[in-house]
Amino acid sequence: MRDLAPRLPSSPGFWRSPLRGPRFTSVLGLVLLAGITVLFVTGLLSYAAYNPGLSPVNDKTPDKGLLGFYLFSWPTDPPWLYRLTQGVHVTLGLALVPVLLAKLWSVVPRLFTLPPVRSLAHGLERVSLLLLVGGALFEFVTGVLNVQLDYVFPGSFYPLHFYGAWVFFAAFVAHAVLKAPAAVRNVRSMRDARRRPDAADRAADGLVAPAPDAPTVSRRGALWTVGGGSLLLLGTSAGRSFDGPLRATALLAPHGGAEPGGGPNGFQINKTAAYAGIDAAETSEEAWRLVVVGPAGTVRLARADLLRLPQHSAALPIACVEGWSTSDQSWRGVRLRDLAALAGFDGAPPDVFVESLQRRGAFRHGALRANQVADPRSLLALSVNGRTLSPDHGHPARIIVPAAPGVLNTKWVARMTFGGLG
Amino acid sequence: MNLVRRPRPPRPPLRSLTGSPAQILLLCCSFALAGYAGVRLLDGDWWGVALWFVGAALLHDLVLLPLYALADRAAVRGLGAVGRREWALYVRVPAAFSGLLLLVWFPLISGRVDERYRSVAGLSPDGFLTRWLLITAVLFGGSALLLALRVLRSATKRRSSDVH
Repeated sequence: MRDLAPRLPSSPGFWRSPLRGPRFTSVLGLVLLAGITVLFVTGLLSYAAYNPGLSPVNDKTPDKGLLGFYLFSWPTDPPWLYRLTQGVHVTLGLALVPVLLAKLWSVVPRLFTLPPVRSLAHGLERVSLLLLVGGALFEFVTGVLNVQLDYVFPGSFYPLHFYGAWVFFAAFVAHAVLKAPAAVRNVRSMRDARRRPDAADRAADGLVAPAPDAPTVSRRGALWTVGGGSLLLLGTSAGRSFDGPLRATALLAPHGGAEPGGGPNGFQINKTAAYAGIDAAETSEEAWRLVVVGPAGTVRLARADLLRLPQHSAALPIACVEGWSTSDQSWRGVRLRDLAALAGFDGAPPDVFVESLQRRGAFRHGALRANQVADPRSLLALSVNGRTLSPDHGHPARIIVPAAPGVLNTKWVARMTFGGLG
Repeated sequence: MNLVRRPRPPRPPLRSLTGSPAQILLLCCSFALAGYAGVRLLDGDWWGVALWFVGAALLHDLVLLPLYALADRAAVRGLGAVGRREWALYVRVPAAFSGLLLLVWFPLISGRVDERYRSVAGLSPDGFLTRWLLITAVLFGGSALLLALRVLRSATKRRSSDVH
């Protein structure tokens, strides 16, 4: 008998797991349908949060064309908006890794089915599946590498992850339209014994092993294992969206575990002063001047001058595109709209172009929209949590804007140009 | 006049070559969007991007999946050889969870981004490997504990059924 055992993956008998079948695949497929939809929407929101339409410095994908069709002015309320959407995007993405792997495992016999192409429609579907599987893995891999600062992918993260998402999503929608109705039917039939598909139906599906090994785990047990893997990733990374003891639970995730030092400035840093190439000599009281440019001319302000302007406080988080965020920090400094008035905009404040002292980094320049400048909580912060900003948090002065992605909260600000962006 | 009716073929032959027209239309729409984004995705290092895109699928389907499937089959066979096939889950679950964590956090655990992590984020890159090993130990330890309890309970049950 053994000699007759099929040796090639193209023969159905090669596949022995009793777990494979339309039901197992359908449950995982429906979880991914919901989960990936959330990933796609939160991803598009993150793209909009950078206000790429505002200024070329915010736009890492200038040839986006129609793909930017939905862009809107990113709001400043609620102040935790980006913290939530991007935290969900990254943490949910991590938690879906085991579901994606299990789903791909469950359908792998289909990769080898013969004949490879039965009809034009079938051939096209297989090409589409390459975009689907390649696209899903490309998006998950680039995302997982980027949050760990492992920039080995071929190009800048923003265009790769953004355009890759659209290629993937095109295939994902087609796949969902073709398969979701059957998946819903299969999952319903699991609860309703009268609607159990008969043996012929199941065999025609091509996933059920014709000569399965004896089971070592039930289908339910296998699904619980996949769910357990998701919970494990969730449990060891979700804490990086909070400060204190909760962050310590993010055992393996970047920006999890310990805070960078103690004290009022001891919260998470995106880029240190040393990495950004900030020289202590140029941020000293004597050397550093903030240049404010507008219709009223050019104003140069020392840090002491800024401290003589009306000071305001705002409790705001820092939320990074990498998915980590801090709790609210208590910032204190000058309102951006007061600086706009100084530049000659007494009425409604305009957009602003902010330049940093930093030598490198894609966001050493950033643009903020008028609604962000106008928000009374948007500050050029000079201190945080009752203490002068540390060099790593942007001393002598940094931007902090409610709900904006972390990198637009420019640190080590050197120059602000009001108006003239639009 | 020949009145003998020929039986109608079940499907026109063209249709069996093309498949569902609705499906073809749907996939063409999908390709149009994928093409529009794909041209932009490939603008730049097109070869590298294409390699990553297709390579990810091939590497997963032809390397990663066969490797873990073979490892699983070997473990189940091995346990079967000593008559303990039902213990497979107690090996498979902790191994899968530990492997999953390693797969996702490989850059941090392996230490390949140590320098950048320290200089960019100002955080210590030490400890990821230790924490992963500890989590792995806890997973296997917990699994062994559950197995011991199960063996103990079935032994107790057997003994009590011997008494009655």
